[in-house]
Amino acid sequence: MLAFRHGNDFLNPLLFFVMTTSLVPLAISPAPTQLAIIAPGMIWITALLATLLALDGMFKDDFADGSLFQIILSPQPLWLLVLAKVSAHWLITGLPITLMAPLLGMMLALPQDGYLPLIIGLATGTACFSLIGAVGAALTVSLSKGGVLLSLIVMPLYFPVLIFGASAVQRGVEGLDYLPVLALLGAFFTFALLTGPFAAAAALKVGVNG
Amino acid sequence: MVSSPLFELQDITFERDDQALFEGLSVNLCGGEILQVSGPNGCGKTTLLHILANLKSPSQGQILWRGETTRGNPSYLAEQAFIGHQPGVKLALSARENLSWYTQLYDSDTQLSIDQALDKVGLKTRKDLPCSTYSAGQLRRVALASLHLRDATLWLLDEPLTALDSEGINELEALFSAHLSDGGMIIFSSHQTLSLAQVGNLALADYSVSVQC
Repeated sequence: MLAFRHGNDFLNPLLFFVMTTSLVPLAISPAPTQLAIIAPGMIWITALLATLLALDGMFKDDFADGSLFQIILSPQPLWLLVLAKVSAHWLITGLPITLMAPLLGMMLALPQDGYLPLIIGLATGTACFSLIGAVGAALTVSLSKGGVLLSLIVMPLYFPVLIFGASAVQRGVEGLDYLPVLALLGAFFTFALLTGPFAAAAALKVGVNG
Repeated sequence: MVSSPLFELQDITFERDDQALFEGLSVNLCGGEILQVSGPNGCGKTTLLHILANLKSPSQGQILWRGETTRGNPSYLAEQAFIGHQPGVKLALSARENLSWYTQLYDSDTQLSIDQALDKVGLKTRKDLPCSTYSAGQLRRVALASLHLRDATLWLLDEPLTALDSEGINELEALFSAHLSDGGMIIFSSHQTLSLAQVGNLALADYSVSVQC
């Protein structure tokens, strides 16, 4: 359980997140008033795409080198192993993104009241992305070019998280109460946590069977 | 027949795209028996081993372990060891780390330590180097070392001889016969013939073969 570690996948999503977000002021406008309007949405979109970037490899590497079979056949409950995989995925994507987000918020002139909902929202939101994504990654594990299909499967499920996540930040910026929106996000997370690992474990068995 | 068979295949059929890959396969295997699955490329050797390992489900038929179905049977999972065509070794980790991951995954508590298992497969000096520096044969040896770390009864090995040198094959034969004399069972696929005397053969090319023990 301990050695679920990878070195090289770590930088890719974070680098993507930082780069695309820092391109926004260059491409659109460096004016703080204009940036502040799009900042919440922009950060959330790039965070979503960055997690998607590392999703494809969640089970695929294990499938390619044969260790996925060992994982499925082991007497440990599969959902627990999937949960470990998902946590590892979140630790290399969601967590660094969440930690980096305030810095990028500053770059995009995000008003001060937006930071707290941004961080809390991203922490739960990216965890949702990892959990939901695991189901899609498990389903497409045996397909050699499953990347496009994977995006199609998980994207619709990502939308609510994106909508509520970005609107929490927006409400924070406008001085409105953002807690109800964050609570909804938390509810999504709880639901994903309770169902995601089981769904992904079942999907893995189907995915390998195919 | 002295003992009743531990492992029974009953009428296993597997269809892919409406075409039977193999049909009506029935095999009984008792403790101490070894079965080689042979046949031309693409005849379904790997598929059969996946079915036996419970990774795929057959289109028809059932597999019994100690008289009970293997589907969702935890005691079957605990007693079988499967090594696939890919050795299942993480290239970024060393051999020792790979095996420690393996033992934790399987909660195995055999008398042999990881170091001893690696010594046995002839990887004494390279234990702590990352597996990306290993040759294909050495990766295979890491995978085979995992057999030492579990006391599984049934070994399901897909092409275990691939990339092994003649010395490695000899060592594997010795390992096989030790396992068999302990009452273990081995089902493996290979194109090569082992010099072990008691190897039963299951040729997949001709349909509906039946092997009795």
